[in-house]
Amino acid sequence: MNDTTPVLSIRDLTLALPEGADRDYAVEDVSYDVARGEIMCVVGESGSGKSMAANAVMGLLPKGVSASGGEVLFDGQDLLTLDEKQHRQLRGLRIGMIFQEPMTALNPLMRVGAQIAEVFEAHGKYNARERQERALALLDEVGIPQPERAIRAYPFQLSGGQRQRVMIAMALALEPELLIADEPTTALDVTTQAQILELIRNLQRRHGMAVMFITHDFGVVAEIATRVCVMRHGRIVELGTAGEVLDNPQHAYTRALLDAIPSNVVPQSRDAERPAPLLEVKHLHKVFRSRGGLFKPAREVRALDDISFTLAPGETVGIVGESGSGKSTLGRCVVRLEHPDSGSVMLSGIDYSSLKGDTLRRERHRVQMIFQDPYASLNPRHRVGYAIAQGPIANGVPRAQAMRRAEELLELVGLGAVAVDRFPHEFSGGQRQRIGIARALALDPELIVADEAVSALDVSIQAQVLELLDELKRKLSLSLLFITHDLRVAAQICDTIIVMQQGRIVEEGTAQEVFLNPREPYTRQLLDAIPGRAHEPAMA
Amino acid sequence: MLYARLIVMRLLKAVVVLFLIVIFNFVLIQLAPGDPASILAGEAGATDEEFLRQLRERFGLDQPLYVQLWHYVSGIATLDFGWSYRQGMPVLDLILARLPATLLLTGTAFVLSLVLGIVAGSMAAARVKKPSGSLIMALALIFYATPLFWVALMAVVLFSVYLDWLPAYGMYTVGAGHTGLALMLDVAKHLVLPATTLALFFMAIYTRMTRASMLEASQQDYVKTARAKGLSPRVIQRRHILRNALLPIITLAGLQAGQMVGGAILTETVFAWPGIGRLMFEALQQRDYNLLLGIFFFSAALVIVFNIVTDLVYRLADPRIKEAS
Repeated sequence: MNDTTPVLSIRDLTLALPEGADRDYAVEDVSYDVARGEIMCVVGESGSGKSMAANAVMGLLPKGVSASGGEVLFDGQDLLTLDEKQHRQLRGLRIGMIFQEPMTALNPLMRVGAQIAEVFEAHGKYNARERQERALALLDEVGIPQPERAIRAYPFQLSGGQRQRVMIAMALALEPELLIADEPTTALDVTTQAQILELIRNLQRRHGMAVMFITHDFGVVAEIATRVCVMRHGRIVELGTAGEVLDNPQHAYTRALLDAIPSNVVPQSRDAERPAPLLEVKHLHKVFRSRGGLFKPAREVRALDDISFTLAPGETVGIVGESGSGKSTLGRCVVRLEHPDSGSVMLSGIDYSSLKGDTLRRERHRVQMIFQDPYASLNPRHRVGYAIAQGPIANGVPRAQAMRRAEELLELVGLGAVAVDRFPHEFSGGQRQRIGIARALALDPELIVADEAVSALDVSIQAQVLELLDELKRKLSLSLLFITHDLRVAAQICDTIIVMQQGRIVEEGTAQEVFLNPREPYTRQLLDAIPGRAHEPAMA
Repeated sequence: MLYARLIVMRLLKAVVVLFLIVIFNFVLIQLAPGDPASILAGEAGATDEEFLRQLRERFGLDQPLYVQLWHYVSGIATLDFGWSYRQGMPVLDLILARLPATLLLTGTAFVLSLVLGIVAGSMAAARVKKPSGSLIMALALIFYATPLFWVALMAVVLFSVYLDWLPAYGMYTVGAGHTGLALMLDVAKHLVLPATTLALFFMAIYTRMTRASMLEASQQDYVKTARAKGLSPRVIQRRHILRNALLPIITLAGLQAGQMVGGAILTETVFAWPGIGRLMFEALQQRDYNLLLGIFFFSAALVIVFNIVTDLVYRLADPRIKEAS
């Protein structure tokens, strides 16, 4: 396996962006090799150009982006000189690729088996029956349960992890020499992520492929990388073996990225005494009736199964769980976007969950929400100032006053008052999340429910937004219900952590207790699945 | 099994809806000023009260409204749509005599617009930002914006009067006595102008929708996946982009299909096509209320039928629907 002849060799690659972009080159003078039997991790934050070289290798550069220098050598051929037809013969056959979004990367109208068989068809291999047989064998190899049923399934009948396995099956179908994986686990739960990483590592060993693995997550890097290439603003910042880069980073940026990862060190809990609760959740129940998918028969899903907890003024409670744990439903019930089947949500003694009409309108401002997706949660046609002022205006605050307040809030979240007249698309993800926070603050809430508020952000941005939340919380004496799938993030910011699984509270305790001495096996399992955790001591 | 249950459920609902439509139409017609008896009498030049009374009695118009309604509804339940006093024939016979002509015209236009629209739209989507693509869209815009009757008249002037290629009106050559294949050819020749005219508008809409929908679909992640497999652009275009892009077209096609009985009045009038549209127009002018109600009933029924068909087609086309409903 120590054959070090590079399968792919990128030499001084420069890719020009179309005119009017925020910089001239997507990547500039980038050189690295990917050898047989190794996993090369290309790491960077969004906008670093980390995926661009991969797109050039595949011949799938976005419109307007073109190579203006350097070469991409694969099997002695410069891929940049190939025409579309020659490139097509390599794609799928000798270079396979997996993408980030398993939910949207499969054609929703085609059966899984047909989509895998297409790879063989594209390269004129085998007859129809052999293609199906091979698809079945592939599904088995990537560990899909009941492959003979899955082959006839439509993508929507599979979970995110299963879809990513299907993607991997397609990429591996013709045993390519090079596999490009572009953020393949970013959209997945931690435990699913751990399984998929394991799968990629095993398949890589078994087939001796060269793997180019693109990610923003140093935890994932620590988990699977043989060598690492750190990129920033289209340039290579650092290049070396995984050991060198992770344990002895040379460049300040690499160190900053490593530092921004929520560490295993948990801050001391602030105080032990707990005043009268602001929020009291009592015996919440919520059942969704689903028709079920391929592997789950029609059934009722208990999203919330007897959930009770309290949250004191000024406290931060973290709700941690994987998708389907009911954590978002809980948040939505607290802000009353969802009605629980039974149980109550008390807000400083008032039964908030049963308020109606005018009383509800009067009290509603006290609980506000920050949403997960900073891109989808702002109306693209409203100026930022109006987006923030809308809530107060609806509550009878005069327009001019509400707009002035919006300016103050934008100042407060660090965007500056000038932002009021701009549109959401002019901001980055982290900035949009700051707008989301300003919007939540506009109604002078006492409690903020943050549903995966930092999950879509880069690590360094994530750290900044968490800091902002913490600072605002103290300055405005807010309470925070922090919903996340990431135990480490929760440990950084929360006083109390509640771990949820399948609608029930599995474990509850201070951040220290839960993170450092988990009692329940499920909590331990979640902690173990965090990528790069084993590597942590060396990194810190 | 699932489909059978669904269809039965939908048909039961359809009966209720149809019943409500019948009542609604009946009441609406009653609200119109003047009753058929006074108009008949007026045309006959009679002003005699006694004559009017007799007329009303004969048609049952002297009965209270609910009794008339009951007679009408129970009549429909046994497929008796009443008597057209104008044409001196049962309404059902009149409608059934005209229905094939209309369905032939609107059905041809439907298929024509759907097929040509999707083909033109796909071509425009594949040639985006090229002159040929822009030309298709420009033509679509012209057909979309031009009034139907004007297109119809111009087509008559050009193809019938000036070039003398196609007959200008009617469904077959009167007095030619064609039979069999010759008759079919004759009808087809007569069909060309009205069907094309009627198809143009919807064809333009399908073209625009197909193009927009395909351009949107081509941005989706699964298209990138398909390219990463090494599939050829033609296969990607057809199998991945077009199939996903067709979903919204189905909705629109369902709407157009629902208009097949009542949607061709203008075209039938201009081309003297002996269909329902013209029958309806005449019935309206002559206050032939029974006939009018009968036509309303048929077009409402057709809308409902095509709504059900659209839903079924949608289910076949998109496997996700079964799950969601």
